[in-house]
This record gives sequence, structure tokens and C-alpha cells, in this order.
Amino acid sequence: MENFEPKIVAFVCNWCTYAGADLTGTSRIKYAPNVKIIRFPCTGRIDFMILMKAFVNGADGIIVSGCHPNDCHYTSGNFHARRRWMVFRNLLDIMGVDLERITFSWVSAAEGAKWAEIVNSTVDKIKKLGPYENYKKLADSQQLKEVIHG
Amino acid sequence: MSRIGVFVCHCGENISATVDCAKVAEVASELQGVVHSVDYKYMCSDPGQTLIKEAIKEKGLTSVVVAACSPRMHEPTFRKACAEGGINPFLCEMANVREHCSWVHDKGEVTTSKAIDLVRTLVQKVKYNEPLYPIKVPVTKTALVIGGGVAGIQAALDIANCGHQVVMVEREPSIGGHMSMLSETFPTLDCSQCILTPRMVEVAQHPNITLYTYSEVESVEGFVGNFKVKIRKKARDLDENLCTGCGLCTTKCPQKKIPSEFEQGLGFRTAIYTPFPQAVPNKPVIDRHNCTYYIKGKCKVCEIVCPTKAIRFNQEDTILDLEIGAIVLATGYDIKRTDFFPEYGYGKYKDVIDGLQFERLASASGPTGGAIRRPSDGKEPKKIVFIACAGSRDPAKGIEYCSKFCCMYTAKHAMLYKHKVHDGDAYVFYMDIRAGGKNYDEFTRRAIEADGAKYVRGRVSRIYERDGKYIVVGTDTLMGAKPMEVEADMVVLATAATASPGAEELAQKMHVSYDAYKFFAEAHPKLKPVETNTAGIFVAGACQAPKDIPDSVSMASGTAVKVAALFSNDELTRDPSVAVVNRTAPPMYSTCVGCFLCKSVCPYNAIEEEEIKDRQGNIIKRLAKVNPGLCQGCGTCVALCRIKAIDIHGYTNKQVYAEVEALLNEL
Repeated sequence: MENFEPKIVAFVCNWCTYAGADLTGTSRIKYAPNVKIIRFPCTGRIDFMILMKAFVNGADGIIVSGCHPNDCHYTSGNFHARRRWMVFRNLLDIMGVDLERITFSWVSAAEGAKWAEIVNSTVDKIKKLGPYENYKKLADSQQLKEVIHG
Repeated sequence: MSRIGVFVCHCGENISATVDCAKVAEVASELQGVVHSVDYKYMCSDPGQTLIKEAIKEKGLTSVVVAACSPRMHEPTFRKACAEGGINPFLCEMANVREHCSWVHDKGEVTTSKAIDLVRTLVQKVKYNEPLYPIKVPVTKTALVIGGGVAGIQAALDIANCGHQVVMVEREPSIGGHMSMLSETFPTLDCSQCILTPRMVEVAQHPNITLYTYSEVESVEGFVGNFKVKIRKKARDLDENLCTGCGLCTTKCPQKKIPSEFEQGLGFRTAIYTPFPQAVPNKPVIDRHNCTYYIKGKCKVCEIVCPTKAIRFNQEDTILDLEIGAIVLATGYDIKRTDFFPEYGYGKYKDVIDGLQFERLASASGPTGGAIRRPSDGKEPKKIVFIACAGSRDPAKGIEYCSKFCCMYTAKHAMLYKHKVHDGDAYVFYMDIRAGGKNYDEFTRRAIEADGAKYVRGRVSRIYERDGKYIVVGTDTLMGAKPMEVEADMVVLATAATASPGAEELAQKMHVSYDAYKFFAEAHPKLKPVETNTAGIFVAGACQAPKDIPDSVSMASGTAVKVAALFSNDELTRDPSVAVVNRTAPPMYSTCVGCFLCKSVCPYNAIEEEEIKDRQGNIIKRLAKVNPGLCQGCGTCVALCRIKAIDIHGYTNKQVYAEVEALLNEL
């Protein structure tokens, strides 16, 4: 556990959080290298099945981040994402997925420092939680594959 | 089968200092589908781009991944290079190994390995990229300028002089903005109104400019070249076509003691009023909160005296629908008032005033006719203290930025005071003198050396009243942090400049980003200073950040050339990253089942219903269809579609899933 380096995927919107993370770079604020970003046009685009896809592929943690409420480049995409997250969270909870593994936040294009904080705190949290194998095992199981693929 | 080229940039040493670029290129060359992989010192330079173009031709590349800076920085550069090399520009992707990797991590294997992960992710994604072709949309060649201050005026005149139609909207009854309130302007001391009012008149008389004062933007829809804007024209209680601007109504109005906004509360106006004599248009409005008729139900003196019978009580606001091609935001700024400063008396002391109030006192058209008088008793102050940086550069006040023009206007105020009160004493408490600009430093030196303003480097902790004097308690840090007190007759605070009230609301209507202080955000701090993140919306003047008149004017001219460039095309090409609903062969036609959930979430009303008919004309199916002219590519519909019948170019489900897989697995 001491040397555990978690794999964390961040799904972020192009206009706020991606730009915010760019600002973290231009401000030369250091943060943990465990988090890797996948760019979306908007958090509204993030189909939450993608989160499951990440867990299947061995992600130990996930960050979803976009523009602050009311600041969405597309007016309302982040509201849809937020509402989707509220519903999806309950579903995941029932399914037994560890909600601690997912961080949902808002980072604006001006919040370079906040991005670094979120990355570091998420990495710390996931390090404490340890590797996430339950879901991967489940997805890998032959039985489940048979159910899905017949 | 993809033939992918990977190009790893060193960005001088920005990337190569922490990332082993050669290793990234080497590992990338082993990825499936990669046939060419190199690293180079400056990929964005001309030779770097040539490297890409030649590789496309020589190696027959079908797609390209550039591992360099943020795609927000150079994606257009590399896509253009790819297009010149002979492949569709949308078959080029960028891995951000600078902002998201080399700049934020220390040198080492982990950083290099993260860069490799990012490259691999984009290599997998680009395999599913499809060639896309720009969408063409028509352009309405009318510009909307919001705000009638000096920036808005300059932008409107420049655009109109290019031969395009301009609509100017100003929420106050007259255009002119803050500049019309100023007495003299630094560094030349020429009279502000003398240089501004001719331009105001030019706006009103220009054949290409339509002016709506006392009006506000109600809503903005659409996109670049095709905005649909609703303007609320507030009721002036006046038939503007009949009014000649004779001003008889204002002289006869019985309500004469209403503090004038234009005079910063130092003078009075009537209930039916024009803000100032040179107002454009010179047509009054009725202030319903203070009008005797609206308060008591009778009076109507103005209606009786009006020679052209132009007064219309209980007039209603009108909503105008406009078709607009480009928008210039020039909504200006506001300043903090003296009540923001508890340490300087919460605005209770009448003779502790702000910079704009001093401008009115010094102005020949002001309430004192240009004589410097104390607002409390009308006496000439013999000792004035000017306090620079009141609020600005003060994290404790929540304002960390420099308000830019206060150093200069404080020097100007001290100078004007000395010119008007020869035996008076002017003290200036300052943190730093920021006089960068042509003839600016010479100007402040003149205030100190020729006019004898006493500059004290230090801050003022407190002001209190004693026997009709104001005791200013400060420190002189250049004399060994010596505490000092000045017994002043009057104090002028150079208060912080802030965003204009309502700026946040307007930005939200426009979908324009703004910063923590509610100033509108430019698209790039250096290379796109007048563009906003929303195509077709530009920003000029102090609504972007505090700035003085020359800067505002040059910025406004900058927006004008951007608008003119936009209007030089009859058609615009738009980013083809839009959503699309799939179509299949009959009898399916599409996997879309016609639930139209997508339609309910689309913020742009871009989803239409398409009827599929058989040969007899009977409707078989109703399917969703995206109007590519309206779609902005947010993808909210894609995430919502249960059938996955809708997808978005550039961020397709296939691409995104490939990215997730590649990011987490070393293939």
C-alpha cells in the first residue's frame, strides 16, 4: 500500500476546467501526476457510462469537473451534468460502487490553484482507499460476460 | 488502416526539461498504427510545421498526433499545417504534455510516463477521427454595441465608417459614459467634454448608426453572424419624435431637489430631466420614483408646458427584436463609493469624497462651476489629502488588482487643485506611482515638481473629524515609517474601479466568461485581447479590466476591425464539431426512436423533428435531426440519448471510449 500510485481519470469540460488546468500549468503549480485528463466539450456531454468504462479499465478514482453553475459556456450543460450525477450517484450506491471514488467539482478557467488542490486531495483520498478492484473483478468475471454477451 | 504520425515537441526547454521527449517519441513509434514518430525542438515553428507536412506526404500519414502545449493554444496551428500537408485538419489531435504534464510535475520517469500515457490516449482517439468539413452560415452585417461610453462610441463609429450598420444600446438616458463626467484628461489636461461631445453627436447623426438610449439588452440567442437580440426600450414617458429638446419641461418641473446621478450626488436635478446639458439625445426622461404625478397622482406641469405635446404619461416599455451579426461589449466600470471604507468614515463625512465627485467639482460644467468647494459648507479647502489605492491592491478589501488609472488621475487632481487654489496644500498618500504610458511619468513629476503636490509614500489607516477638520492618520514609510497626521479640509479617495453593476447578468445572457471580479474575460490575455470565448462577441474598454481612455479607445478600434473582418465575408465557416443523428437504410431510417429527450435539453433549439414518409405520403416515423447552423456542440443530447442514436463529431462515443481504454491500459 505504501507505494500504491492510483490511476485517476479526470473528465473535464473544455471551457472551464481544461482551461483551469492549463492555468495551473502556466502558473507552474505542481501537483500529483496520477491524474490524467480527458477533454470533453462540456460536462453535459459526459455520459456517466463512461465513468463505469473507466472503472472497468482499472481506474482507481475519477474526477468530473466543469464550469461553475451559471458559467457554462453552453448555458446549461453543467446543470444537466449535476442533475445526472445526483441520480447516477444513487444508482451507483445501490449497485455497491464506492462513491468515494468519484469526485465531482467545479473548476473555472481562473482557478488554476483550485485544480491542483482537487487533484492532490483526490490522490490522497484514493491512496488511503487503496486500489479499486471490486468493480474491475466484477466486470472481468466470466459469468457477467456471459450474461452480457450471451 | 491508420497510418499515424506522432510529433513530440520540446517547446524549447519547457517540455524537454522534465519530460524525456526522445523516449516519448520512441515509445509512441511502437504503438499500433503509428508509422512515424519524431521529436523536435519547436514543433509550432515554421521548420517544425514543415516536418509534419513533409511526413504526411512522404510517409502517407492518415492522421497526426502532436504532443506539445494545450490544444487551446496551438490546435488551430497544427490543424492548419495538416491541411497544408494534404489531410483533413480534423484528423489531427494534440496531446497536452506541457500545461498538463511538464509544467506541473518534476523531472523524472513518472512525468515522462504520464506524457506517454497522454500520447497513447490521443493516438487511440485519432484512429476514430473522421474528416470533417466546415459548416457555412450566412452573416447579418449589423453590429450591436452595448454601452455608449467612450469605448462604445469609438467602436460604433469605426464599424459604421467601414460601411456596416451599427445598433448602439445605452442604459442611461444619454450616451457619454464616465468620460462625459470628467473635468480634464491626463496627461494633456484637455477638457474631457470638449473632445467627447463632438463624437457623441457624430454617433447620433451617423447614417449607419441606430441609437437606443435608456434601453437594455433583454436576451441574446443564436450564434456568430446570426444573433437574435431583444432590446428593452424603457419608457421615457415621451414621444421622442415630437420632443425638440427645448428643455422647458425641466425648468418648470416642481421637483428640483433630487440628487443628480451625473453630478455624483453633489448637484440636483428635476424629476423630468436630461442628465447633463450636452446629453445625446437631448431628450428628457421622467424619473417615476420622484415624479409628483406618479407619487401623488396629479401635477403634469411638464405635459401642460410642453410646446409640442410630447409628454406621454404611463407609457410602456417596448421590446425590439433585432438581427445582429456581431456584438461589442463596452459596458464600462463603476467605482467603489466612500461608504465602502469604514476606516475613512463609512461615507458619513461629507468632505471625504471619491475621485468622480472631485471630477465634478473641478469640472467647469459641474455643480460649483469648476471652483473647488467643500460639499459640507461650500468653503474653499486650503488643505486636501488625496489617498491613492483606496481599496485597490488590498486583499483585505477583496480587491487584489491595481485599478490602473488612479495614480494618473490623482496626480491630475492634485495639479488641478493647485491650479485653482494657489495657496492650497495638496498631499498625496500613495503605495507606488504607476505612471507607465506616453508622457505619464513626466505628468506626475510635473505635479510634484512644478505644482508642488506633496507625495507621501505610505498608507492611511484612519480619518476622523475634529473641529471641522479631517485628521488623516498615515505613515511616511520613506522617512523611517514615521507616523504622521495631516489636518485636512477635504479628502479625496481614489477608490477602486470595479465591474459595472449588472455585468455578471449580462455576461450570463451572452454566454461570455468573466473573472472573479466580474470583469469580462478575453479569449487570450495576449493574442486575443478583444475577443471573448464566444465567437462573434468582442469586448472593449474598462468592462474587461480597469483602463484609461487611450487604452479603451484603442481596444475599441481593435474590436471594430474584428467586426469588420467578420462582416467582410458573406458566409462564415463554423467549427463542424456538432451533433448528428444517425441515419440508416430503410426500413429503419435511424436508430432514433423519436423520444425527443434531446430536444428538451438542447440550449440552442438546434434539434428539429424530421418526418419520414412512405410513397403515399403517410408519416412512418418522426426522427430527431440536428440543425448544424444552430448546434454549438455541447453534446448534452449525446449523453442523454438512451439509444445512442445521436453522436457528436470530434467527441464521439467511439473516440471517448477509445481514450478511456488507452489511458488506463498500456496496450
